[in-house]
This record gives sequence, structure tokens and C-alpha cells, in this order.
Amino acid sequence: MKTIHVETTINGDATEFLCAPDESLLDVLRDRLGLTGAKEGCGTGDCGACSVTVDGRLVCSCLMLGAEAQDAQIETIEGMADGETLHPLQRVFLEEAALQCGVCTPGILVAAKALLEKNPDPTDTEVRYWLAGNLCRCTGYDKIIKAVQTAAAEMRGA
Amino acid sequence: MALDSNPKQDFKIVGTRVPRPDGIDKVTGKAMYGADISAPGMLYGRILRSPHAHAKILSIDTSAAEQAPGVKAVVTSADFANPGDDYFRDIRDNCLAAGKALYDGHAIAAVAATSKSAAKAAIRLIKVEYEVLPHVTDVDAAMAPDAPIVQEGRALENVPKGMSQNVTTHVEFGHGDLDAGFAKADKIVERSFKTAATHQGYIEPQACMASLGADGRGEVWCCTQGQYMVRANCAEVLGIEASQLRVISSEIGGGFGGKTTTFIEPVALALSRKSGKPVKIVMTREEVLRATGPTVSTSMDVKIGMTKDGRITAAKADLRYQGGAFPNGTVEFGAQAAFAAYDLEAVQTLGWSVMTNRPKEVAYRAPGAPTAIYAVESVVDELCQDLGLDPLDVRIKNAARKGTLSAYGPTFDEIGLLATLEAAKAHPHYSAPLGPNQGRGLSCGFWFNFGGNTCVSLNLNDDGTVGVVEGNPDIGGSRASISMMAAEELDIPYDKVRTVIADTSSLGFNDVTDGSRVTFAVGLATIEAARAAKREMCSRVAKIWGLEEDAVTWEDGCVKPAGPNAGEHPPMSLAEIAAIANNTGGPIAGHHEVNADGAGVSFGVHLVDTEVDPETGATKILRYTIFQDAGKAVHPDYVEGQMQGGAVQGIGWALNEEYIYGEDGRLQNPGFLDYRVPVASDLPPIETVILEIPNPGHPYGVRGVGETPIVPPLAAIANAVSRAAGVRLTELPMSPPRLLKAITENA
Repeated sequence: MKTIHVETTINGDATEFLCAPDESLLDVLRDRLGLTGAKEGCGTGDCGACSVTVDGRLVCSCLMLGAEAQDAQIETIEGMADGETLHPLQRVFLEEAALQCGVCTPGILVAAKALLEKNPDPTDTEVRYWLAGNLCRCTGYDKIIKAVQTAAAEMRGA
Repeated sequence: MALDSNPKQDFKIVGTRVPRPDGIDKVTGKAMYGADISAPGMLYGRILRSPHAHAKILSIDTSAAEQAPGVKAVVTSADFANPGDDYFRDIRDNCLAAGKALYDGHAIAAVAATSKSAAKAAIRLIKVEYEVLPHVTDVDAAMAPDAPIVQEGRALENVPKGMSQNVTTHVEFGHGDLDAGFAKADKIVERSFKTAATHQGYIEPQACMASLGADGRGEVWCCTQGQYMVRANCAEVLGIEASQLRVISSEIGGGFGGKTTTFIEPVALALSRKSGKPVKIVMTREEVLRATGPTVSTSMDVKIGMTKDGRITAAKADLRYQGGAFPNGTVEFGAQAAFAAYDLEAVQTLGWSVMTNRPKEVAYRAPGAPTAIYAVESVVDELCQDLGLDPLDVRIKNAARKGTLSAYGPTFDEIGLLATLEAAKAHPHYSAPLGPNQGRGLSCGFWFNFGGNTCVSLNLNDDGTVGVVEGNPDIGGSRASISMMAAEELDIPYDKVRTVIADTSSLGFNDVTDGSRVTFAVGLATIEAARAAKREMCSRVAKIWGLEEDAVTWEDGCVKPAGPNAGEHPPMSLAEIAAIANNTGGPIAGHHEVNADGAGVSFGVHLVDTEVDPETGATKILRYTIFQDAGKAVHPDYVEGQMQGGAVQGIGWALNEEYIYGEDGRLQNPGFLDYRVPVASDLPPIETVILEIPNPGHPYGVRGVGETPIVPPLAAIANAVSRAAGVRLTELPMSPPRLLKAITENA
């Protein structure tokens, strides 16, 4: 199979890569670009551990081809903090112990950030339904929901 | 230097909610899990799996795969060694089948190639000739005398003659006169139950990278609950020496017991040895579900007698657990745990371990206990309903307490069951009003807890900071709790301590992270290592001051003169002593090696409100409250997290999760879409109440907390659903079609 040359932007940086036609964006990020923050928990779009945003839209990167990233703006967990300064969601997740093993955490943070960009003041139910595509097996979700709400309030300046 | 032998009561750091040391890496994507590593020249491994539930392997032809583009090695079980005992032979034969494929998904052969796609293409070129054999996947069917035999000659001597060879062990626990006890009962309920197998459902599939040279020296990087266990299994299966194999545990993306064994590490090592390159294997989710650790599925009978004022007079359980295609002993834990919450005059539990054509069962959080206690607590609840008794009052009346001869043998020391029951009774949840189609249920839960083999080294650095080296993968924040206990004991700030997880070549043997043992046993060893360092510091300072060692003491984080004859000396802090250690005898460290006893059993009580939709059979969890004795909660956030996470896994077990096998013996739902674990929108907030009844076996009173929370939800939800729906189910999961059928038949 001939590889495809792709030009894209990842976390604000212009990026080029070669990928096979059947290679997922997740495999490109992890195996070709060394961005291993997105995880493969299922490969079928059921667990959300590979969540990234593409042109602002939340997607499972295991369900998208690398070749589809041409000219896109991709944001991953690696681009969420600003240097040493954590995003409020990242900081509050630590302060409120909203993670245990941490393997679902990058996907949940990316998904939660996408939610708060669309809806800065969600109800608990809205948070729970938005994050229903992100499986966490450790926490029972309780502290995750609370941490998203704390961060949302802080980001609103409440 | 006097050290108190009773559990410490006053704490500066233990019990606070400090930041975890691995936190920043985990919220920024930097943390390195099993699949996140790569090496120069690395190959990708892929495993061919059996499409049959039970089949003789007549031949394996790997020649076409070996010639395929990019393929550097192909291995089968012929590439493994011949370990000396059954335990390791079973590990080997589960990693790659020898002679027979024993379940759908059983590994048959593996390839290593230069790309994932080349490896995937190559396994299709391996030609396996099978002779398909009759199979059995149900526990009761497997016990029938004419059942297909999964493996011959594996039964222990305690199994009566004449039973199916699939029955491999039998256990019995109890005391007292059952007949006399049942004769005293005003009401006897006897029910049979079945529960489906579930999976641990860790989000990170098994992953490893392995390198092994022709000289027998190698390294493995993997996500595991125990690097020393991986070393032992790989050394036996590959026929190499343990000292030559270094196993490094990566960050681990969940385990819950499921990563207490090996599946892919010996395969990757064999591929590496053959190819001369590092080999990485990452399982797919389908492979995880088809071939790694599900739980047992069960069939159980429980009979309990009760007086009309709620005293249990006799209790009996007969538990039949299938644990897949190899012998397993999980039923023993179930039989021991079944009646642990009760103070009983007459009790008996029988257990039977059974083989079927399913994947080899692996531990899952309190293995064996949730199902047995589900059956027992369902019958207790039915008796309460029949006799018109309050279910909490009945549990309080019959509760095990200090001095109770437990149903499984030991006499209990200080335990927190009564305190958790009384806390549940006093909580507003218990008296809150319920609406139509709603019901409230409760259940007790129990886990033994475990201590086990543990090594810790604690090193003083010359800048006054401290490094702790321990050997148990941190699965839920234990590096934080270990650092907290070291800081507490040394009376230094938490952020002056850094705890790291050693590889197998850097520290002595440690048992796997299981049995809720780490905070207890590694904590205990850390405290003892800190005490050893304090004794050494006292000795150094005594020499500096020209005093006998008993003329100095450790107080407020400093060595001070002790007694009236010691003279006037300014106290010396840890930092001051460490700074001059090189001039007073060399580096200062404390070590502790122990096979820790005294883990202290753990009890919990869960209260749950459910609402059942009578038109669909769907159950919604409305409110959930957990009461549990933690002994001493070292980091309350992570104790709460264990309680909440365990409860939600139990909710999944009760309502949704289920291994579904077809008539062909193949798993029908090997994906997260059809094997449905709870998602955020299924759940309400999970409220937690931590009780602290100090464990006499730990210097700070700590008990393990991780396992107990998965035990009560099955029965608590079953009891709530039976009260909401007006009909009692005796089979898990209580999925909507099953509940709807029961409601319809009852109408």
C-alpha cells in the first residue's frame, strides 16, 4: 500500500506525516508522531480514551483515518496545558482526585473541555450525558462530574 | 527510643488530601502506560486465536507466515519450556495452547513483524488443522456425569469419586448443628441462584514490550499488578533464570485483579528470542474480552432459617463456580465469605470448582465473594420481607462482632460491621420517602484483606529529602499514601518524600498488588523502614554527642537528648543528620522485609434506591450510599474513590454486564458496545461514609479498602429491585428483558 502525505495542524503546530490509507488517526498520533496521550481502549469508538478534537469537534481518533486530517486543526491532551500552567480542568481533576489509574483521563479531559466550550454552564445531567461516551472503570464517575462542575464554575468566573 | 505498639491516633499528614505525585503526568498525557513505549528496531507481535470452544490441534503449519513480507518470527507452544509444576504449565498452556484449544479465543500461535499490518496479515497465513470436540460452557452442565471433559486428571483428592472430571476441588466450612438450628426456625427460605461471568473491564488492554537475547538475558516492560509475578511466570515458561530477566512495571490503566497473571509477556519474549529484536504486543479489546480474565459464573443454593423476631438459627450454602478451562480455587473465597457478616450457631458452606470451555478465570476485586454474598443477602432479605422485619435491624441483631467465631473459622478481632450498620440506620437515606415503582435495598459486604510479602527501602538524601523504593504497581494512588506514611513517621513535609516503584532487579520480592494489600502492607513496611532509619539517626547523633544510644530520643522530627543525665544538646533534625551522614558512618537508609500478617478484615454496608420501569423492565439507580470501615483512611479522596468505583462495578454486575456464549461455545459480545459497563449517565452521585475502627495489626490502624465495595451492590440492588418490582429475581444480571419477563409472569 502506498503511503499518503498529510499536512495538518496539531496543537497549533504545522505537522506533516506519511500514513497508510487504512491507518487510524490514533495510530498516526501514537506510532508516528509520539503523541501517546490519547489511548486505545477499544478501537471501536465505545470507550472514548482516544478522544481528540478535529476543527473543534470531539471525535474518537480510532474511528478517523489519518488521511482525513489533511488541513484540519487537531487538538490533543498534549496541547491542553499552557506550558507549566495547567488548564483549569486538569488542575481541578488533580485537586479533587477525579482520577485513579488515569488511563481514561486524557480522553475525559478533552471531552470535558469540548463540552464547556459549547456549554459553559451545564447541569450535572448534561455533563453525565456528554461524558457517556467516555468509559471510566475506576472512579464510578462521581468525582469526575464534580470536578467538571468545579472547573466550569471557575472558568465562568463564578 | 520508644515506639508505641498500639495504632497511632494523632496524625499530621495521614488523613489529609494531598496532591498525588503522579498526577501532573496523568492529566497532561505524559504518563507512560503499557502500550506507550517503543524501542529501536521494535517489531509488532500479533496472536492467532482459536475459533473453536474445544478442539484438538492436529497440526500447525507456519511456513507461509514465516515467508510473508516483514515477518521476522513465528512461535507456537513448541517454543516454550517445560515447567516443573502444574501452576506454571497452566500459565504456559494458557499463553499458547498445547495440544488442545480449550476455549473460544485461546491463543494458538504468534508472529512478530515490522508493522502492525504485516503482523495482522501474517497470522491469517498460519494453517491450523483442528478436530472439533464437544464443548460445555455452563457450570451445571459441566458437572453432569456425561459432560464433555475439558481436561482429564485435574481433580484433587477431596472431590468425591463418580463426579465429572470437570469438578476439580471441593471445600467445606462451618460449625454447629444444622438440623437443630433449622428445627428452631419459624421460617425457612431456600432458593437457587445463577450469576453470569463478568469482566474486570480495565480500560487499558494488556500491553508489553519484551527483549530477550540468545544468552538468556532479557527485559520486559508491561502493565501488570505484579512485576515479580511476571518475572516468575516468564522465567518458568521460557526456561530462563529469574535473575537474568528484569521486569519493569509501566503505569497501569486499571487491573482490578485482572492483571495478576500473564498472557502476552512470555509470547513476546519467545518472539524476541527468535527474531533478535524487541517485540511489542498490545491486545485488542476483543482479545481482552475473549481471552483474559473474566470472573467465575455461578450456580448456588442457599437455605436460611429465622425466628419470627429475626434471629438466624441456621444457614447453609452450596456454591458451584466455573472458572474456565483450567483448575481454579475461587470458590473457596466465596465459601469463606458467604456468611462472614453473621454471628451464627449453625452454618455450613460447600464449594465446588468446575472447569468449562471458557477463558481461565482471573481475580476480580474480592474474587468469589460478591456472588456468594449476593445469594445469602437475597435470602436474608426475603426472610425479612416474609416476616415483616426491618432488614437493617435483622442485620444488626445477627451481626458478627469482636469475639464472634466466624463462619469460616477464625474468631474476629476488632471489626467495623456493627458501626457501619448503625451508621446506615442513622443516615437520612434510610428513612427518605420512596415513590411508586421504587424500592430500597441493602446488603452487607466483606473481604478478608491480605498482607503478604513486601520489601521497602527508604533512603535519606543529603539535602534532607527522602526516597522510598517499593515494589507494588500503583493502581489507584498508592504512591501518595506511601509517601504520606513515610512523611508522617519521619515528621517531615509530604513533598520532601518521593516514592518510586522498583523493577525486579532493584528490590527484593513483592507479592502482586492484590487483596487490598498495598496501603496496608507496603505502608506497614514503609513505617518500619522509617523507624529503622530513625534508629540509625539516633545512633549517629548519640555518637556525635558522646552518649549511649538510650540517652537520645526521636521527638518532633529531631533527635534530642533523653533524660536528665544526657546533658544539653540542641536537637538535630533529619536534614541536619543527613547532611553530615558521610562523616558519621556513611549513607543512612532504612529497610524492612516482611510477610505481613494482621491485615484486618473489612466490612461495608450499601444502601440503594432503585426505580423499575414496569413497561420495559429497566432499572434506574436513584440514590446510593456506602458505609465502610477503612481502619484509618490514609488519603480519604482515594478511599472514597475505591468505594465509589467498586460500587459502580457492582452495579454493572447486577444490571448489565454478562458474558454471553452461543450454542457454538463462542463469546457473542466481545466488545464494549455489547458488553456494557456502566457509563456516567446511568448513575447518580455515589455518597460515601468512611468509618475508622483502627486495625490492631497496622501501626496506623490501616485496613485495605479496595475489594469490599464491589461485594454488596449485587444483593443490595437485587433487594431494591425486588421491592420496587414486587417480584424477586434469582439470576444476574437483572437486565431489562429478564426483569420484564418476571414482572409480566407475576402480573
